[in-house]
Amino acid sequence: MFYNRHPMTNESNTTRREPLIDAKLVQRLAVSDSGFVFDPVSGHSFSVNETGLRILRLLKEGQDLPSAVKALCDEFLGSAADIERDVLEFAGLLRKQFPA
Amino acid sequence: MVTVAISGMNARPDNPGPGVAVARCLREAADLDARIIGFGYDALDPGLYLTDYCDAGYLLPYPSAGDQALAERLEEIHKSDPFDVFIPCLDAELPNVLRIEQQLKKLGVRTWLPSEDQLKLRSKERLNELAAHAEIACPRTRGITQPDFFQRCDDEGWKYPLVVKGVFYDAYVAHSPADAAVAFNHIARTWGYPVLVQEHIKGEEYNLTGVGDGEGGLLGAVMMKKTGLTDKGKAWAGVAVSDQALLDAAQKLIKATRWRGPLEVEVIKSPSGTYHLVEINPRFPAWIYLSAGVGVNLPHALVNLALSRPLPAFGEPRAGTMFIRYALETIVDLGQFESIIVNGVRE
Amino acid sequence: MTDNTTADKPVWIKPTLRAHRSGLLNKFGAVPSRQWQDEFEDVPVADLIHQFGSPLFVISEQRLRKNVRHLTRAFSARYPRVQYSWSYKTNYLNAVCAIAHQEGAWAEVVSAFEYEKARNLGVPGEKILFNGPHKPRAILERAIKEGAHIHVDHLDELQLIDEIARATAQNVEITLRLNFDTGVTEPWSRFGFNVESGQALDAAWRVAHSPNLKLTGLHSHIGTFVMDTRAYRAQVKTMCQFMERAEKDTGCQIDCIDVGGGFASRNALQGVYLPPEQVVPSIDQYAEAICDTLLEATHGREREGRPRPLLLLETGRAVVDDAEILLTSVVGNKRLPDGRRATIVDAGVNLLFTAFWYHHNVKPTRELSGVAEETVLYGPLCMNIDVMRASILLPPLDVGDVLMFSPVGAYNNTQWLQFIEYRPNVVLVHDDRQVSIVRAAEDLQAVTAQERLPDHLRDVSPR
Repeated sequence: MFYNRHPMTNESNTTRREPLIDAKLVQRLAVSDSGFVFDPVSGHSFSVNETGLRILRLLKEGQDLPSAVKALCDEFLGSAADIERDVLEFAGLLRKQFPA
Repeated sequence: MVTVAISGMNARPDNPGPGVAVARCLREAADLDARIIGFGYDALDPGLYLTDYCDAGYLLPYPSAGDQALAERLEEIHKSDPFDVFIPCLDAELPNVLRIEQQLKKLGVRTWLPSEDQLKLRSKERLNELAAHAEIACPRTRGITQPDFFQRCDDEGWKYPLVVKGVFYDAYVAHSPADAAVAFNHIARTWGYPVLVQEHIKGEEYNLTGVGDGEGGLLGAVMMKKTGLTDKGKAWAGVAVSDQALLDAAQKLIKATRWRGPLEVEVIKSPSGTYHLVEINPRFPAWIYLSAGVGVNLPHALVNLALSRPLPAFGEPRAGTMFIRYALETIVDLGQFESIIVNGVRE
Repeated sequence: MTDNTTADKPVWIKPTLRAHRSGLLNKFGAVPSRQWQDEFEDVPVADLIHQFGSPLFVISEQRLRKNVRHLTRAFSARYPRVQYSWSYKTNYLNAVCAIAHQEGAWAEVVSAFEYEKARNLGVPGEKILFNGPHKPRAILERAIKEGAHIHVDHLDELQLIDEIARATAQNVEITLRLNFDTGVTEPWSRFGFNVESGQALDAAWRVAHSPNLKLTGLHSHIGTFVMDTRAYRAQVKTMCQFMERAEKDTGCQIDCIDVGGGFASRNALQGVYLPPEQVVPSIDQYAEAICDTLLEATHGREREGRPRPLLLLETGRAVVDDAEILLTSVVGNKRLPDGRRATIVDAGVNLLFTAFWYHHNVKPTRELSGVAEETVLYGPLCMNIDVMRASILLPPLDVGDVLMFSPVGAYNNTQWLQFIEYRPNVVLVHDDRQVSIVRAAEDLQAVTAQERLPDHLRDVSPR
């Protein structure tokens, strides 16, 4: 299972490496390049923007927070702190779509 | 071929918009080769997916976003999918459309609509003035912004039941101050202020739809008596009637306003035989398909007027022709829904 | 940041996730404004914030002058005798009042405080309209002595004025405040004397019977944010009918008709479906409704040797609202449990009291990128009610981003609260683009100046 909370301290980044969200939940999603996402189990659908789409794909691969943030830092121009904050927030939104 | 854009593609069975019915009239119009584009305000507006009636579907900004948002969106659509005529079918969008009529004209888009002044003349708050001018009885109407009106309205001669209405849509008959306050709050939440209060007239409701030629003439009036109502008071069955007194009243109104464009006149005939003007809607009604049914295809006439073409031949409306409304499901591919959601387009 | 390895990378934007819910499935539905504005009256926002801090109220002298001129011109062009009065309660910062007075406005005040403020600014008594239901004896005595126009609200006040007039052996000209139903707006019946019930005519008789009082004016204020100009036609008609009746019955001669205020500004009132530019009449439309009716109703007077009454206006909101903006800075972002984004800014309802009834226009002061999302704008107060906009479409904002709220000129610098936070600077952009403080930011000294601490409470250490 995934953790509901991820401390934002550097310490946690180096000591905890659980995935941000259960990859199985994300894997069942039909994700199109347009950012349209459909969950065949719940029947819900939602839209994500391009960075949201990228995070979703990283999560599908089962990436944990530090590796997801690193991958995004390599791809995008932005501060690691901002990106980490945004990824955490986005994972929170996803968890809301799939309450445990 | 002519491309006609039609809004109001919402069609929930209990309270449908007129757009799909207008599209259907045009589809069935003899000697009109029309491509039809449907405009909706929600990805679940069914008209957007009804390929029988709409060759393409697009989402528009909500009327509350203002006229320039609408102009920009229409220009964007027109660039990739040019259209020649636009028939707006919802009351709330009309003020915006009228304000951008010149911009539309520059794009080559024709309309057949009332002026802003004409629109104001028939607004629900001003109906009393217009009715007086056209010498038609009209229930007393006034706009309010506070529900405490219902506690003290007795002093001003208002008797229950009375009708509580939104400036654009919705009407409830309230039998007590408590009823009225509930209706007031519901309407204010959806359509804002003012909320209208109207004297309740006992009698039978009749509706008339037609097109004003802009010079005081009424073209092809079709009259209808609702014979079955949904619990929202909308017709699910009706019969075409022919009533000279109602026609005379409508002609007076059209003459008084020099109305240009589609309209629906709602009257109540009291037991004593007096006609009371209840509402004038500046658009086709949801039951407009009856006009095609009785051989007076009003949407077709409107398209021709907009394009300065000769009017189609009208028959004498056949009184006694009925309609019964029913619901049916259309099958929507997830990809089409995605396209509407992501791009606001169904192609 | 711009070396070769990073130059091609796309800039990070905040990720968004939007659940599809029935009734809200329209990406074009509510169109986010792409507008942004980095200056006000040609003064860069960044300079203003740097020099005077955040939050910050900024008033445009030029716009205020222009608005007063436009209003007076619109009415003077249509009616021969017009006098405009600045409604103090709308915004009684000295600078604002002074600009209005320089443009020829009288003062319209509703309390001892406002009366003293106007006098203190140098407005002579005879150019002050004194309204309001509470005029204590001391201020009434002063106002009568100084020749102010007293607008009487109730019989007890009328009696008090009569007493003062008798005691000081003065003849006092008074104006009666009237209330009635226009048939269009909801009647404001709590102020003045009711016309329909005959109360107003009784009051006119009461004045006629007093050797010291003279009825020379009629006043009424039909409501606030009145968007239907027919209400003013009905108002002027009723007032003129009453004027004729009172003159005929009681022998008075009415010299001025004060139609109060109530004109709407181009602000989006909560609960009005269409945008203000479509529902708010222009000043010229108001002027037309009032002047046409007044001209028609007073048509016969001149011929009969009775002058047309002076038309008094007390417009506040429609004149000052768009002459002022509020700049406020983002202090933080958060995600609410329901998925909406929340942004906290440093100005709240303590400063922008009108946020309770308007959806103010909110503009970023730089071009923002990223997807616009439904956002709640919260103020800085530790209070649940501190909401600046309950729902607005905005792209993601960074801490320190400045937002511009407009129009805010009416009823904020008067109804604001010193609550939890200090009130910030208010600055004026002069005609020549110079900027000066017209009300300095509060500090501890200013806020606690009126407090007195009893000696035994001076030591706060636990006993």
